[in-house]
Amino acid sequence: MTQIKMHLLVCGGTGCRSSHSELVAKALNESLANHGLDAEAKVVSTGCFGFCEKGPIVKVVPDNTFYVQVNPDDAEEIVKEHVLKGRKVQRLLYLDPEKEKTVSDDRHMTFYKKQIRIALRNCGFIDPENIDEYIARDGYSALAKCLTEFTPQQVIDIIKKSGLRGRGGGGFPTGLKWEITSRVQADQKYVICNADEGDPGAFMDRSILEGDPHSVIEAMAINGYCTGASKGLVYIRAEYPLAIKRLQIAIDQARKYGLLGENIFGTGFNFDIELRYGAGAFVCGEETALIHSMEGKRGEPTFKPPFPSEHGYLGKPSNVNNVETYANVPVIILKGPEWFASIGTEKSKGTKVFALAGKVNNVGLIEVPMGITLREVIFEIGGGIKGGKEFKAVQTGGPSGGCLTARHLDTPIDYDNLLAAGSMMGSGGMIVMDEDDCMVSIAKFYLEFTVEESCGKCSPCRIGNKRLHEILEKICKGEGTMEDLEKLKNLSQVIKDTSLCGLGQTSPNPVLSTLENFWDEYVEHVVDKKCRAGVCKSLMKYTIDQEACVGCTACARACPVNAISGERKQPHTINQSICIKCGACMEKCKFNAVLLQ
Amino acid sequence: MSQIKSLDDLKKIKEAVQQKIQLREKSLDPEKVVQIKVGMATSGIASGAREVMAFLIEELEKRNIEAVVTQVGDMGYCYAEPTIEVTLPGKEPVVFGNVDTKKADEIIEKYIKNGELIDGILPANYHTI
Repeated sequence: MTQIKMHLLVCGGTGCRSSHSELVAKALNESLANHGLDAEAKVVSTGCFGFCEKGPIVKVVPDNTFYVQVNPDDAEEIVKEHVLKGRKVQRLLYLDPEKEKTVSDDRHMTFYKKQIRIALRNCGFIDPENIDEYIARDGYSALAKCLTEFTPQQVIDIIKKSGLRGRGGGGFPTGLKWEITSRVQADQKYVICNADEGDPGAFMDRSILEGDPHSVIEAMAINGYCTGASKGLVYIRAEYPLAIKRLQIAIDQARKYGLLGENIFGTGFNFDIELRYGAGAFVCGEETALIHSMEGKRGEPTFKPPFPSEHGYLGKPSNVNNVETYANVPVIILKGPEWFASIGTEKSKGTKVFALAGKVNNVGLIEVPMGITLREVIFEIGGGIKGGKEFKAVQTGGPSGGCLTARHLDTPIDYDNLLAAGSMMGSGGMIVMDEDDCMVSIAKFYLEFTVEESCGKCSPCRIGNKRLHEILEKICKGEGTMEDLEKLKNLSQVIKDTSLCGLGQTSPNPVLSTLENFWDEYVEHVVDKKCRAGVCKSLMKYTIDQEACVGCTACARACPVNAISGERKQPHTINQSICIKCGACMEKCKFNAVLLQ
Repeated sequence: MSQIKSLDDLKKIKEAVQQKIQLREKSLDPEKVVQIKVGMATSGIASGAREVMAFLIEELEKRNIEAVVTQVGDMGYCYAEPTIEVTLPGKEPVVFGNVDTKKADEIIEKYIKNGELIDGILPANYHTI
């Protein structure tokens, strides 16, 4: 039998699949078969590589060649040149924008240099639909070790010692949470995985579930052993069909191997996992609302305490952790808490996965050690701002977080520093903004989201956020007053102090942080009626330079609302009361006579 | 699929799939293991590079030597095909010419295992940039 000497790893994450990576995999397979090479090289569909900016990604091992933006049509060339003759296909390699040189392997790409992949260790490395590959990467040996060598308390002590904190946003010490759940006496307890990732632009948890579902299953079983729970539930949004499919396959495979079910590893420990689908309401990421939704009730939060650790699903003690938190657990057991605690800062250990999005060159999924600076993330891993524009702000923590500015660039990222800077870690969304983004509009965007997603149970959140949004809208229209800015501040504080759950308690953060960091821009909107980024249409004014205009009538013909008038060969004018500020006149003018103020 | 009931059962599965995962794991840190590049241009393939490569992969595994065997394009030694370049950890690469399976066996036994230089080394006639 000929040995397989080469693997072609094709990204099968949602990002790359939406640009047809399955077709790439299919074309590669066909081409390999046509050339009689299918016994020597194998195509493997993996999870996300993280470099979504340049997807679909195909990585060839063992020579570690990293191909970007591969089309199905390129498959034949990769097979003929690379697989058959060992020549890398130069045009498909990643081009380092700074050095203008191609980089053949990921170890030399700045995108990967500063990353440490723990939670994402198997993403883009194994076939997520094949449990054997997970086992080959020491999968399920952490569970075996816990069940056969440690008492539940010893495992809890390991997690406590590692310093792992909840990755869903709150940052609560994971070991402590496990201990609290384990100490409550009950006939039935539950292990719950919160996979209700709802921040706009965030896809960390989805990628872990798509790329390495077994790591979450294994960690949930370990948690079941520690807390004394025999049932696990994953609350996942129905909007993640691929993650659901792979998770279900993984659960089925684990059951077949007896890694879920009864008498696991012959130790008498029973544990099984079921899926619960969410309909995609943002508030259901809040643990009490999540539990209500799983019980079939309205997805509304309730006051804490009692915490789910004591009174959770069906009134039973339930340990709720987020996907990424669980994904860290097996590695901590195998490599030891000291190893994990050696990475990161004093109070935030380990790594954090971020979904880097917005105006950066390298949009994608990254995992970096805690304590890395925003500058390193945005300018080194992210490759700087798109189109060479000026960096303006970075939004972390989604609708609950805030906007940080250039003066925060050298702040080491951890839970406490981000909070001190007026933002938060959140679940890991990171949206970069440049000079073309209007900060008032950004605050308005997030408020729009919260107004939509507020469950309506408590009035500060239901009514307060609506009012905040109205004031912001007024400012964007150029009708705001300085008094409105004061109102924004006060109302924000009231909403934060009096809302029932985390959603309302954090929803004014985007407003407060932009007021704090971009006060000038708010004042400009209110006093000068100007939007420097040119986003707020109501504040823009198109005029025609009477000297430069030659009266060619091109603008008047382009105007969709007939707002431009004037005789032929005479300077034209724009009627401001009709103008809709579409900019069509400016595009058409060959004499640069249309001005934007 | 049989049930897994112990750490040993887990290890058995691990060993069974080890080879294909190792191919990926080794590629993360190729400098730590023996790296072998096989010249696989038309001239190389015509003179049997394919068989040599398969032989190397198989034998290195049998003899428990951790190595990454990759194929590369023409190395420019068409007069001495098949050619292979062997880089031991921390050493300069050495190119061997006219490698058939017999020669490959000798390279593994003498050079890779003991660092002994043997006949058939080609002078490096280029610098890679």
